Amino acid sequence: MYSASMRESIAKVAATRERRLEEKHPRLTPDEKDALLRGFHPDFREDTQRPVKIGPNAGDSMPHELVNLLEARSVIDPVRPLPEPDLDVDVLVIGGGGAGVAAALTAHELGSRVLLVTKLRLGDANTMMAQGGIQAASKPNDSPVIHYLDVLGGGGFTNKPELVRALTSDAPLVIKWLEDLGCMFSKQPDGTMMSIHGGGTSRKRMHFARDYTGAEIMRTLRDELLNRDVPFIEFCPVLELVLDQEGKCAGALMQNFETGQFLVARARTTILATGGFGRLHVSGFPTSNHYGATADGLIMAYRAGGRLAFLDATQFHPTGVAFPEQMLGQLVTEKVRGVGAQLVNAEGEQFVFPLETRDAVSAAIIRECSDRGKGFATETGQPGVWLDSPMIERIHGPGTVRKELPAMFRQYERFGIDMSQDPILIYPTLHYQNGGIEIDEHGRCPQVANLYVAGEAAGGIHGRNRLMGNSLLDILVFGRRAGRHAAEQAPTVKVGTPSVEHVARFNQEVAAAGLGQASAPILLPDYVGR
Amino acid sequence: MAQPEPELITIYIMGKGYQVPKGLTIMRAMEYAGYRLVRGAGCRGGFCGACGTVYRTRGDYRLKVGLACQTVVEPEMYLTQIPFYPANKATYGLTQLKPNLATLLQLYPELPRCLGCNTCTRVCPQGIDVMDYMARAMRGDIAGVADKSFDCIMCGLCASRCPAEEVQPNVGLLARRLYARYLARPAAHLADRVAEVKAGKFDSDLDRIADMDLAQLKELYNSRDIEA
Ligand SMILES: Cc1cc2nc3c(=O)[nH]c(=O)nc-3n(C[C@H](O)[C@H](O)[C@H](O)COP(=O)(O)OP(=O)(O)OC[C@H]3O[C@@H](n4cnc5c(N)ncnc54)[C@H](O)[C@@H]3O)c2cc1C
Ligand code: SF4
Ligand code: SF4
Ligand code: FES
Repeated sequence: MYSASMRESIAKVAATRERRLEEKHPRLTPDEKDALLRGFHPDFREDTQRPVKIGPNAGDSMPHELVNLLEARSVIDPVRPLPEPDLDVDVLVIGGGGAGVAAALTAHELGSRVLLVTKLRLGDANTMMAQGGIQAASKPNDSPVIHYLDVLGGGGFTNKPELVRALTSDAPLVIKWLEDLGCMFSKQPDGTMMSIHGGGTSRKRMHFARDYTGAEIMRTLRDELLNRDVPFIEFCPVLELVLDQEGKCAGALMQNFETGQFLVARARTTILATGGFGRLHVSGFPTSNHYGATADGLIMAYRAGGRLAFLDATQFHPTGVAFPEQMLGQLVTEKVRGVGAQLVNAEGEQFVFPLETRDAVSAAIIRECSDRGKGFATETGQPGVWLDSPMIERIHGPGTVRKELPAMFRQYERFGIDMSQDPILIYPTLHYQNGGIEIDEHGRCPQVANLYVAGEAAGGIHGRNRLMGNSLLDILVFGRRAGRHAAEQAPTVKVGTPSVEHVARFNQEVAAAGLGQASAPILLPDYVGR
Repeated sequence: MAQPEPELITIYIMGKGYQVPKGLTIMRAMEYAGYRLVRGAGCRGGFCGACGTVYRTRGDYRLKVGLACQTVVEPEMYLTQIPFYPANKATYGLTQLKPNLATLLQLYPELPRCLGCNTCTRVCPQGIDVMDYMARAMRGDIAGVADKSFDCIMCGLCASRCPAEEVQPNVGLLARRLYARYLARPAAHLADRVAEVKAGKFDSDLDRIADMDLAQLKELYNSRDIEA
């Protein structure tokens, strides 16, 4: 599968392997890291962002691709009268990923009438794709306090402290919840959970279920939702939130993806768990995200008055697939580095400590491939550097790659590459939306009453940079918190008449600013004819 | 760098011919041909099982299956997606179950109908020996099923071809949940930590750290010890 020129470079990587076995690349000092990020991280490039002109965050810079949608008109015609509510529930959950299902299960457990609606199938979500692991301070040498400090440092000390506290304090509880639900974490025979480091962790607190951690969590939660007979509707994207006369959230307007029929669900409390924005292909990067990661929730909440936070900080995962072309952008889990693979340039030299934070490793790879000219470019011009996966077998013995990283091994094997014998070519990929809709520690949107946000759609927990393993954690912590609070509040809520007047007003504002040529939410990326 | 002109091949999507560039996955080829996928695409990375596809190439009577997001188109390929398959899933309360053969048989009474035809193993895009884990299920070897079925992405392709109407992915899922809940040892360190959190053991330290200013926090962060 590798071309002759790739083979030449691979030979150089193999030639330095024995030497690198002993070699420890120095960690970046805080100053070096700062300079590296400013010089090479896409967030800091001038041409990638612009200030949004309208709405609650007017004047704040965000990626062009997101601003284009925030400044778009609605996909619905808000002047047309809404259909009568077809569905009337206590708690409406929007999004069938980990955050949404955790929220639905929790609210249902507390006796609420719950409805979950989702755009694709239940579990067609970023959650399903997470391989690496989930953080929690469960070991004796660790604590929620140490975890707190790691999260804060990773986020550049910009995180909302009360959210970090909720995250790290609830973490062991969430893992226990999953263990009780029969989620098959990787364990020692005596029951001790296996745990490893991830970028930016000071303790080995990354718990995992082989390398299908997200899938194992998602299929367990989905099974439980089905077992408990919680109502849900698939292929039913929400197009707009609906508000009552007082501007409080009163449910959502959605559309049957196949028949085109509109539906209104009236709800006492609404939990938005629509995930991230990878499929907007910010700055033209390929993405690791699922098909439905198109920022719909951000757009709807913004029109309803919700504020966004930290959306100028985009997470590029340092190790996206650069070759083969068919896998472009797909994730190479951080665990590959966690178990010993080093990053090396076309000459076979290390250029960064493999477990720096993601922003720093990404910037270092971009620097290696641009300024330093030591990357490898494929025949299609795609740059990349080598991730020396055979080092794993050199350290831990033959067969380790296949055993510890079966998903990765299989992905490459399908395209004729044996990553246990040959290194793999990688380049940063658009991975995670660090920011999102502002929330408080119960998952409430501070600006819109009776609206909750959980999961990747929410912002503030991770500040400007999320550490690996803290997202699977946050979706469950805040999914459960939002589910609980929404269920507890629901009986006290009096819902008024649902309306989309706020959308009509937003459309006028858009038009008055001379914007609104495009419409949003887009629901799916447009790949037709490409 | 200029991209070389792609070589085109003909594929047949539900019987209709389209010219698409060589080397594309089935999913990208359908989009190239003009399809806007709503069903049959989820993760686009081999993890969700949304994109099961049945195909055959001209001149070969054998039907093959694969994931549209992971399978590269071949010349003269006839294909259709199976985005949904009405397979049975038993519902249960995990806490009321016992991890034994009787439970498997009660929830999936069709289990012993397996003919041992090996079709499931041959079609599995994950390379799982499905027939083997089904045989283990029939012996009540729950730990074995859990282990061997672990990489299942629940695409349902095996079930779609099974002459005995078994629903292998759901049997695997049940076994994994039973194993993890009842047969694997619980994590003692986790239970201890949960008790400590609930007892408020870390609250005062968390209060203290919440009151620190940025300089103190940075100092603490930069001097923290890192587990080897
Ligand atoms: C490849 C990959 C690997 C990862 N690895 C890790 C890891 O190892 N550890 C870690 O902690 N994190 C990891 N992450 C991040 C983490 O998986 C995600 O951030 C997290 O799972 C998001 O969960 P969520 O429930 O918020 O969103 P999702 O799981 O993406 O779910 C969102 C759901 O909302 C639906 N939806 C979207 N729009 C609408 C709409 N308009 N109406 C109705 N429904 C809608 C979507 O279809 C989807 O079902 C990874 C992410 C990716 C992509
Ligand atoms: S396809 Fe069905 S009948 Fe054949 S071996 Fe598999 S489970 Fe048994
Ligand atoms: S076991 Fe069946 S459902 Fe699971 S991945 Fe294989 S073919 Fe798909
Ligand atoms: S789209 Fe998820 S496996 Fe193919």
